[in-house]
Amino acid sequence: MALLGGYSAGSFPDYEVQGAKKVHFSPYADNGGSVMAIAGEDYAIIAADSRLSTGFSIFTREQQKLFPLSNTTVLGCSGCWCDTLTLTRILQARMQMYKHEHHKELTTPATAQMLSTMLYYKRFFPYYISNILAGLDENGKGCVYSYDPIGHCERSNFRAGGSAGALLQPLLDNQIGYQNQEGVDKTPLPQDRALAILKDVFISAAERDIYTGDGIFINIITKDGIKADKFDLRKD
Amino acid sequence: MIAQNTLKAQVSQNMAFLGEANRYSPFLAAQNDSFHSASYDLSANTLVPDIYGSQRSQAPLTTATSVVGLQFKDGVVIAADVLGSYGSLARFRNCQRIMKVNDNIILGAGGDYADFQYLKNIIEQKILEEECLDDGFSLKPKSLHCWLTRVMYNRRSKFDPFWNNFIIAGLEYGQPFMGTVDKLGTAYIDPVIATGYGAYMATPLLRKALESKPDLNKEEAIDILTKAMQVLFYRDARSFPKYQIGIISKEGIEIRGPLTLESNWELAHMIG
Amino acid sequence: MFRNQYDSDVTVWSPQGRLHQVEYAMEAVKQGSATVGLKNRTHAVLIALKRASSELSAYQEKIIPIDNHMGITLAGLTADARMLSRYMRTECLNYKYSHDSVLPVSRLITTLGNKMQTCTQRYDRRPYGVGLLVAGYDDQGPHIFQTCPSANYFNCKAMALGSRSQSARTYLEKHLNEFPSCDLDEIVKHGLRALRDTLPNEVDLTVKNVSIGIVGKDVPFTILDESATAIYLSEIEGDEKRSRGPGGAAEQDIQPPQPPPADQGPQDPQPAVAMDTE
Repeated sequence: MALLGGYSAGSFPDYEVQGAKKVHFSPYADNGGSVMAIAGEDYAIIAADSRLSTGFSIFTREQQKLFPLSNTTVLGCSGCWCDTLTLTRILQARMQMYKHEHHKELTTPATAQMLSTMLYYKRFFPYYISNILAGLDENGKGCVYSYDPIGHCERSNFRAGGSAGALLQPLLDNQIGYQNQEGVDKTPLPQDRALAILKDVFISAAERDIYTGDGIFINIITKDGIKADKFDLRKD
Repeated sequence: MIAQNTLKAQVSQNMAFLGEANRYSPFLAAQNDSFHSASYDLSANTLVPDIYGSQRSQAPLTTATSVVGLQFKDGVVIAADVLGSYGSLARFRNCQRIMKVNDNIILGAGGDYADFQYLKNIIEQKILEEECLDDGFSLKPKSLHCWLTRVMYNRRSKFDPFWNNFIIAGLEYGQPFMGTVDKLGTAYIDPVIATGYGAYMATPLLRKALESKPDLNKEEAIDILTKAMQVLFYRDARSFPKYQIGIISKEGIEIRGPLTLESNWELAHMIG
Repeated sequence: MFRNQYDSDVTVWSPQGRLHQVEYAMEAVKQGSATVGLKNRTHAVLIALKRASSELSAYQEKIIPIDNHMGITLAGLTADARMLSRYMRTECLNYKYSHDSVLPVSRLITTLGNKMQTCTQRYDRRPYGVGLLVAGYDDQGPHIFQTCPSANYFNCKAMALGSRSQSARTYLEKHLNEFPSCDLDEIVKHGLRALRDTLPNEVDLTVKNVSIGIVGKDVPFTILDESATAIYLSEIEGDEKRSRGPGGAAEQDIQPPQPPPADQGPQDPQPAVAMDTE
């Protein structure tokens, strides 16, 4: 009878005993990480920390989160790492398709637009990534594009994003944008100064944000190509 | 222009049909080419929404606990116990979950054992098909790692994940390789990897050992890993004293075990 | 027109066991401008002769990049080659997407061969009217593959396709043993000399009509620009113009497509293979 009838209380088939607990599934993970980029007159610098983590565990201390898409374009990602892996793989393929179809590299502003479209395409199941794209525009001037996860895109000269984005951006506004300062000389930012600010800013982030640390990868984009660099942060 | 972009975005991102089939076609749909369909869409019959709706994001049932792995100078060792837990019930006592994939890859799995067996079958099929080509190429660990990432990500995107953590270890052009993938498709490469409880309890031990001696030899690596397994056995309630060790190095692949962990519980009566 | 009772359809056999439609497609390859592919131990090189369809048109591109490790050059119907190259690009891209490594050249050629074969066995299709030379580099080193409209493909040490290409093959055969030990520059020059041998007397190689594609160890597939091509051209300028032996098949190639011999009862089958390669 118990075999044929419905499973009333107390007569579970053995695979429905309370032993196995139903676990909630979320398709997203917060893997932390911070990215920032600065654009200058003839260069762009982009950097991302190298810590990949979830909650209180560090997966790896040496994760590259900068993705060179062409000779003049680099994308920095932080947020949900599985989405990052997927988005960047598709992006790299799309860059190659463009190159084959048009016999030239996609420019940075065009890449920026394409990224926006690709993010918005997933509007209702977004890539949970904070993207910052840096490169040189058609005139060789540095440019930085920042995004929200669903494709809003904005060009600026400096931007911080990711887990320490809210910590870093005000510092950049002050040090690079000279905002709310009177009588400052707003000269273009030289490259070495930009690099110094960038390092300082990441050192500050590593102090206060547990998801940012271990080290940073830096890419300096100029007309001569992309120069890669590394810099250590605190590992705790 | 915009329309064209949108189309391309759709083409490249419409991967819903991909599943864990052998061939991926994210950039394909535009081609409208019937020859491609000579692939095995294994995913099609695993999750067909029917009139009753489809079962999604099911919970894991028979589960296996941590997998740990450590790189040494010219190879990798990974280890995992052989317990299949059913919730808190230690139900199956010989669930082996370290497999040889081909001559240069080994794979360890944690999480749902049924999902692992299913994927194991697909991986074995994939390797068999490659061997049939007999063209002198064999899958490399980096490729399998990437492929598994795609498989796991595609299933999580359907809200029907494979509830597993994998460690892929092998030799890539003679260099040791170790990477991991979880149920979301989160993947990374590191000389020290431990999944599940091992992430909290084994990683610190392994990282410390590797930091103090960066070029470990095989025996040292095995000793450290065994120690880590022992610690896990003491503290992880879902662990088991019988375990396997998989070793891959220039000498080839060796899967040892099931071995038995030594443990000393003499102090136990004094606690509590 | 050369008509024949048994060439109405690709699926129709002649009593001699021939598929005339497929053989006609093979002829299309001989109409295309010549192209040469050869390799040494580390690199594979494609050299192609570009034609302009009229005074008003630009030179038709002959070399198509497929992926970072592969490129093709074609002889025959360019439009068909574009379909095939798109297929090859997609396959490479998909493989790279899912496996994070390059698709082995021989595997791509096998699937390409399968794709092309179906066109020779279905009444609602026609064979691809193009021959390809594929240059690629993978873990097994450099490769040159030749594909035919008949869906045959050959792994080659060196090969030439297209109009008057017999002269180039003669050159390649003559120097075949030198190729493995040549350095990259020498192998390119060999290719250029082979290609030059296919030219009629009044024409010569120029930066406008020559295209060079190179792939190799740590060298992604690249098509040389005019300045790089000019250097190679100037380096072969002093060499003897051509060593066209008597009876070189240039004369044969230059003829219009051969009429299929009228079927006159059983004959020994003659496989229509461009050339034995190994």
